[in-house]
Amino acid sequence: MSRTPPERTNGKKPLLEVRDLDGWYGESHVLHRVSLDLMEGETITLVGRNGAGKTTTLRAIMNLLPRREGEIRIDSHDMMKVPVHRTAHHGISYVPEERGIFASLSVTENLMLPPKVADGGMSVEEIFELFPNLAERRNSPGTKLSGGEQQMLAIARILRTGVRIILLDEPTEGLAPVIIQRIGDVLIELKKKGMTLLLVEQNFRFARKVADRFYLMEDGHILESFPTSQLDAKMDRLNEVVGV
Amino acid sequence: MTMIFGIALPALLGQLLIGFINGSFYALLSLGLAVIFGLLRVINFAHGAQYMLGAFTAYLLLVHTGIGFWPALVVAPLIVAAISALIERTMLSRLYDLDHLYGLLFTFGLALIIEGTFRWYYGAAGQPYATPQLLSGGTNLGFMFLPNYRGFVVVASIVICLAVWLLIEKTRLGAYLRAATENPQLVQAFGVNVPLLLTLTYALGAGLAGLAGVLAAPIYQVSPLMGSNLIIIVFAVVVIGGMGSIGGAIITGYVLGILEGLTKVFYPEASNIVVFVIMAIVLMLRPAGLFGKEI
Repeated sequence: MSRTPPERTNGKKPLLEVRDLDGWYGESHVLHRVSLDLMEGETITLVGRNGAGKTTTLRAIMNLLPRREGEIRIDSHDMMKVPVHRTAHHGISYVPEERGIFASLSVTENLMLPPKVADGGMSVEEIFELFPNLAERRNSPGTKLSGGEQQMLAIARILRTGVRIILLDEPTEGLAPVIIQRIGDVLIELKKKGMTLLLVEQNFRFARKVADRFYLMEDGHILESFPTSQLDAKMDRLNEVVGV
Repeated sequence: MTMIFGIALPALLGQLLIGFINGSFYALLSLGLAVIFGLLRVINFAHGAQYMLGAFTAYLLLVHTGIGFWPALVVAPLIVAAISALIERTMLSRLYDLDHLYGLLFTFGLALIIEGTFRWYYGAAGQPYATPQLLSGGTNLGFMFLPNYRGFVVVASIVICLAVWLLIEKTRLGAYLRAATENPQLVQAFGVNVPLLLTLTYALGAGLAGLAGVLAAPIYQVSPLMGSNLIIIVFAVVVIGGMGSIGGAIITGYVLGILEGLTKVFYPEASNIVVFVIMAIVLMLRPAGLFGKEI
């Protein structure tokens, strides 16, 4: 299995750098020498079948795995010794696959929950402008929202915090096409604002609209990475590995 | 004389008041237990010992330093909270990754050690603690005579319960607490120091028990076993209300105290078991408790 060297743009250092990352759940070794780079303002997408280690990679970056080894750097800062609750303060946050909306908190409370970690986050007004349907439901309990609204809330609450990197785990899963479209628009909007995104996504049609590069994962390994322009040429290979 | 169901009104109201006072302690203690269980998932068997510690701290402050009831009402719960925070940090926190049973066993052992130590030094007999001067005497309400201090306990416990409820339901700290109760990992990933939150929560719950202990000192005597006598009933209250429900714990505490008081009037023989009978019925019909969520 060959490690593909990441593409570098003009020799600039990546904002998020993962080198030879190994991860374990208890005894089972689930990530094997995973390496990836995320340049500032770039969007990359991890693809692979279920159980390939995509979610685990995100969790390992957020330091939510019981055991991990290797290198993770944000802005050249060594993240391996940073405790979980300090990780976000380096400008990174996470939208989990299950969205993680808190049932005992109202929409507004969910929105205000993640502490500000840096300046430059969006104001609540700006967020409600971007997500008008959340504004209408600001006093409802978080879990009374539809799946799409919950997904938008999960993204929205991070925009307040001033993070520069967002990890998104299957943001379109189980949502209607019109909602997927809406979430795509939001991600493109965020890209325009300079946000750096790491996406886990099975939906290629969705991912190709936002992603600059793809990383293909299988059995806890990164197989290869390629720019979105090569997506069509790689489709046979993707179908073989991902099985869509 | 006014009679209701063949019972003299003053007797009825008298027992109602006693029930309300007992209910005040049930509410304060089950509130602390519910707060701790909600976030830490620890069934805090040391709660009775922490209540006793609050009362004893007030007693010792008075005997050894002359510090009276009012300062003790603030200082003693803080001391209990600080000791409990230290215990959580150094010992209890090591058990979170294990089965919940270990937390229960640990706090049970802790209670035995604390109570045993105090028994060794002070014996099983109670020490009297005088009612504060300001609240001595009583007020004639027309239908009954209300000792001022007992009236104060009822009002104080309502105020404290309401304050804690507001803290948890309406503040940012409370939102962290509720969110961490649901999904501690995600809250931590957002940059909240959840281990610190756990320590503060344990200290808050234990501090509430300590506060209840100080309030109890002038009514009941200060004795090493005052907590273990009470805690069994309080656990029944928590089971009836539903583990982890803050409002439920408060309301159930008062209601059961009053029900117990009424039972003393209408069928005194059952007054000691009424809480447990209700617990058994609730467990059969609604295992998650009246206000609890199915887990």
